[in-house]
Amino acid sequence: MIEKINIEVLGKKDTRSGFGEGLLEVGKRNSNVVALCADLTGSLKMNAFENEFPERFFQVGIAEANMMGMAAGMTVGGKIPYTGTFANFSTSRVYDQVRQSIAYSQKNVKICASHAGLTLGEDGATHQVLEDIGMMKMLPNMTVIVPCDFNQTKQATIAIADHEGPVYLRFGRPSVPIFVKPDAKFEIGKADKIIEGTDVSIIACGHLVWKAIEAAQALQEKGISAEVINMHTIKPLDAKAVLDSVAKTGCVVTAEEHMMNGGLGDSVAQVLSRNTATPQEYVAVDDSFGESGKPEDLLTKYNIDTPNIIEAALKVIQRK
Amino acid sequence: METQELKNIASQVRRDIVRMVSAVSSGHPGGSLGCADFLTVLYFDKMNHNPSNFTMDAVNEDVFYLSNGHISPVWYSVLARSGYFPVSDLSGFRIMGSKLQGHPSTDKGLPGVRMASGSLGQGLSCALGTAETKKLNGDNSIVYTLHGDGELQEGQIWEAAMYAAGKNIDNVIATVDYNGRQIDGDCDDVLPLGNLSQKWQAFGWEVLEMDGHNIDEIKSTMDKAKSMTGNGKPIVIIMKTEMGQGVDYMMGTHKWHGSAPNAEQLATALDQLEETLGDY
Repeated sequence: MIEKINIEVLGKKDTRSGFGEGLLEVGKRNSNVVALCADLTGSLKMNAFENEFPERFFQVGIAEANMMGMAAGMTVGGKIPYTGTFANFSTSRVYDQVRQSIAYSQKNVKICASHAGLTLGEDGATHQVLEDIGMMKMLPNMTVIVPCDFNQTKQATIAIADHEGPVYLRFGRPSVPIFVKPDAKFEIGKADKIIEGTDVSIIACGHLVWKAIEAAQALQEKGISAEVINMHTIKPLDAKAVLDSVAKTGCVVTAEEHMMNGGLGDSVAQVLSRNTATPQEYVAVDDSFGESGKPEDLLTKYNIDTPNIIEAALKVIQRK
Repeated sequence: METQELKNIASQVRRDIVRMVSAVSSGHPGGSLGCADFLTVLYFDKMNHNPSNFTMDAVNEDVFYLSNGHISPVWYSVLARSGYFPVSDLSGFRIMGSKLQGHPSTDKGLPGVRMASGSLGQGLSCALGTAETKKLNGDNSIVYTLHGDGELQEGQIWEAAMYAAGKNIDNVIATVDYNGRQIDGDCDDVLPLGNLSQKWQAFGWEVLEMDGHNIDEIKSTMDKAKSMTGNGKPIVIIMKTEMGQGVDYMMGTHKWHGSAPNAEQLATALDQLEETLGDY
């Protein structure tokens, strides 16, 4: 008889609100923190920072390229700029500005990106960026972080101020379960093992971490022991966490709200192929744009929901 | 600094430019030669800076961003000649492993460079960021930028132009190298720029104009621009120049925008440019 997995749910909130609270907190702790926003203050929950530190808040209007360049320039003189807009406008719209003025120029800019992925919902594919992790992790000098819930997003927002160098911090719009403890310490590049298991490793990031937990609970009822790892840092990837886990389980499922090409799954696959060839299944969007709809419905339609993780786990175990 | 002294420096800078690009058979001599007088005046007479102790943060120092990074030869020469690094380093231009990359970069640690540039249109935004930081820090220094005229075809320039005026950024002096030429031909043939002065004025900037090859006029216009800072408006100088200025066969054409002279052509160019400070 296997013991039931019990993950305490502390509430439910959107990760972008975690960013907003974290920004206010880090603003209080560090007077060099400044924030820039491209006309999405409310959506990014940056109002609290704006109200508390109006002189350190820069509304740039709908001009994301200028915002990225300005953020780069603001580091000259010691500021730590946090830019805020949707993930699509934080990456694909401004890729060259981020590449040249921030990543190549080694500027200490924190690119904070909300409404990532399908769970942006009804606005549809124009806004549902699913390529951003890939784009950003390919940039030398760039750290890529995808926290899983409200608490972790808040903790990551605070932690990145102490990391010298450009960071891409990706979070989302919908309200999702909170399960990271409010006093947990966020360490860039150090994965969180949420559930210990022996039959299959499920490595997830962002909103899909909760789905992975749900899948592990369901798998346990089938007598399968799944290990769940919250890989909140895509780059630098915690290769040791991956290798230690598959040494026990011998197979892996990666799960992410992102394109299959270029996401967390590819990063994990690279570690495995270079170290120990391991069967892997991807739960990710398969070379497709999204569409309008309710967030949960979209996760189901695009095959990145809990049942897809369960199915992938069963399949990959067969491939061992 | 005396005008004749500045002229002497600019002549040596022009020699450096043609020698650098010729040595590696690549680079952008046209715009570099056209901006030699301006950058010489800026670095040797107008900027408040500390070449012997370069710091990224530039506290209480003026900052310069070269937005049109392809004219790196003139900037590298002026940086070296003003003391940021040894002039002998100019021989490393565009050579693998060198700090003097084809387009300016920070990753090799070249003193004087605070931002990579090359992909056009980004420097004005960077300058605005630094200008905002200087305001926050209570630092009254000035942020200077230089842009190509063709570069103004990039949309980001106008995003930045709108921000600067709308947010009263009055510690930035931008200069446009208005030579009327770009790599594919005359700007008027590629994509006409229209009335540049009126465009900047419409965006809310103070606009000055100057002859970029008249040292006295550059000096007086820069003084005027500096006196206009702190008054709630950004300042732009439309600087009329000739691409290839100083080398007769490079003038009056766009063809030397991105082409380097061969050995014979280099000799012809050097005959026209007095060696005043000693070649590197």
